[in-house]
Amino acid sequence: MKKIINDPESVVEEMLHGMAVSQPQYVTKLEGFNVMVRTTQKKGKVALVSGGGSGHEPSHGGYVGKGMLDAAVAGAVFTSPTPDQIYEAIKAVDTGAGVLLIIKNYTGDVMNFEMAAEMAEADGITVEKVVTQDDVAVENSTWTTGRRGIAGTVLVHKIAGAKAEMGASLTEVKQTAENVIANERSMGMAILPCTVPAAGKPSFILADDEMEIGMGIHGEPGTHREKIQTADGIAQQLVDKILAEGIYHNGDEVAVMVNGLGATPLMELYIVSGKVQAILQEKGIQMVKTYVGNYMTSLEMAGCSVTLLKLDAELKNLLLAPADTPAFVQY
Amino acid sequence: MIRAKDAVKAVGQAVIDNKVFLTELDQAIGDGDHGINMARGFERVFEKIDALQDDTDFSTVLKTVGMALISSVGGAAGPLYGTAFLRAAGACKDKTEIDVVTAKTMLDAAIKGIQDRGKAQKGEKTMLDALIPASEAMGKSLADGKDSRACLSAAVQAAADGVEYTKTIIATKGRASYLGERSIGHQDPGATSSTIMLEAVCKVLK
Repeated sequence: MKKIINDPESVVEEMLHGMAVSQPQYVTKLEGFNVMVRTTQKKGKVALVSGGGSGHEPSHGGYVGKGMLDAAVAGAVFTSPTPDQIYEAIKAVDTGAGVLLIIKNYTGDVMNFEMAAEMAEADGITVEKVVTQDDVAVENSTWTTGRRGIAGTVLVHKIAGAKAEMGASLTEVKQTAENVIANERSMGMAILPCTVPAAGKPSFILADDEMEIGMGIHGEPGTHREKIQTADGIAQQLVDKILAEGIYHNGDEVAVMVNGLGATPLMELYIVSGKVQAILQEKGIQMVKTYVGNYMTSLEMAGCSVTLLKLDAELKNLLLAPADTPAFVQY
Repeated sequence: MIRAKDAVKAVGQAVIDNKVFLTELDQAIGDGDHGINMARGFERVFEKIDALQDDTDFSTVLKTVGMALISSVGGAAGPLYGTAFLRAAGACKDKTEIDVVTAKTMLDAAIKGIQDRGKAQKGEKTMLDALIPASEAMGKSLADGKDSRACLSAAVQAAADGVEYTKTIIATKGRASYLGERSIGHQDPGATSSTIMLEAVCKVLK
């Protein structure tokens, strides 16, 4: 394993320290906890807390700041954080208007965040939860734990964050988040694996000419493997699966995210995005804004995901509202 | 009668010794962190129980184990095993000695804790597929009037058989469920770590 780290056992701690001392105008690390909090908190605003396993940077610490999250909790690599950590984050950012937890749909994340919410509620803090589940790769049926939450989660941070920044109530912010969740879908794929530092070797092996479709963001296997296709072929496959959901129609306005999983060059993401735009144009779907880059990665996995979000007037305004965070700046 | 602290040490050591094995199982059908997380959890457990008196009762020791796991393991295993140990602690409150009947009560309380927290059932390819058969085998041996040694052996054997069984079925819970049919042929990491723990407990209790 070749990485630029000091000790595999302290990657998370050192990363958080690095963030805090590099970007103190945005974030502070909570003493004794793996939690990043917004340096300039707004009293009386609904607080947004998210997080999950580390290894998805900039998710989620990179989105702590104005117009997005108030706190992000970092678990061990690819491991959801523990309830005590999340509970500290909740306590640190609640200013009386309540807290919304934005949770990605993984068994561990849901259980740990739920336990933390119980602890905070016992203290009298009002806590609401939303669970992101944008990944269409895995079927949402009684035979699975439901769809996974992937890059689309960042759009929830942005839009719910804007709503909270405007001074909306906890109920309204939650409703807005649910609206995003209902209208966004994503699909990903990978061509090279990632290596968890503590494990020391890649999470899986792909042959030189293979790609894995429906790859998640933890190195967990996707839906199937096949011979690697061209960028256009890959984009077509991902977008087709998203469009098959039946949510996006001729005349609809959408936001698009072409997300890199960590090791894929921006060059390749733009090639994919070019094809995505062509498909949308073919279908008469209007692109309002596209985000291309590394928004929710999986260490050094090579691959990408595409996300579509159908926009109504309110979602559009909130999406385009300003935000100022380490990883997402918008005027 | 073995002391609670020593029993926990044996269980924790068995998990730590199997860190790489459990991680490899989890790489096949999960995200490759089960061994790493459980080993870290038990290292924290050792720190916490070292601070306890040597003759601390089982209930207090197990509660300490549960809290330590919840706050250090993370993922799904943390809440599930943490809750399991907390419930087992509740089931042996005020007991200075653990006989095989109490052991079964504790195991059943742990199983219920896991079901309450994780909402899984038998047959979904999880840790329950080792633990529930272990409890059933223990119950049957007790009813048959077998001695404690035999009851514990039956429990361990049933858990091991449960692990083998998980190879044959499809996962419908946790990350393995994303694999659908591809999860068949792989044993469940959680069922495996449960069996490793049961084996270690039964070894020291005999």
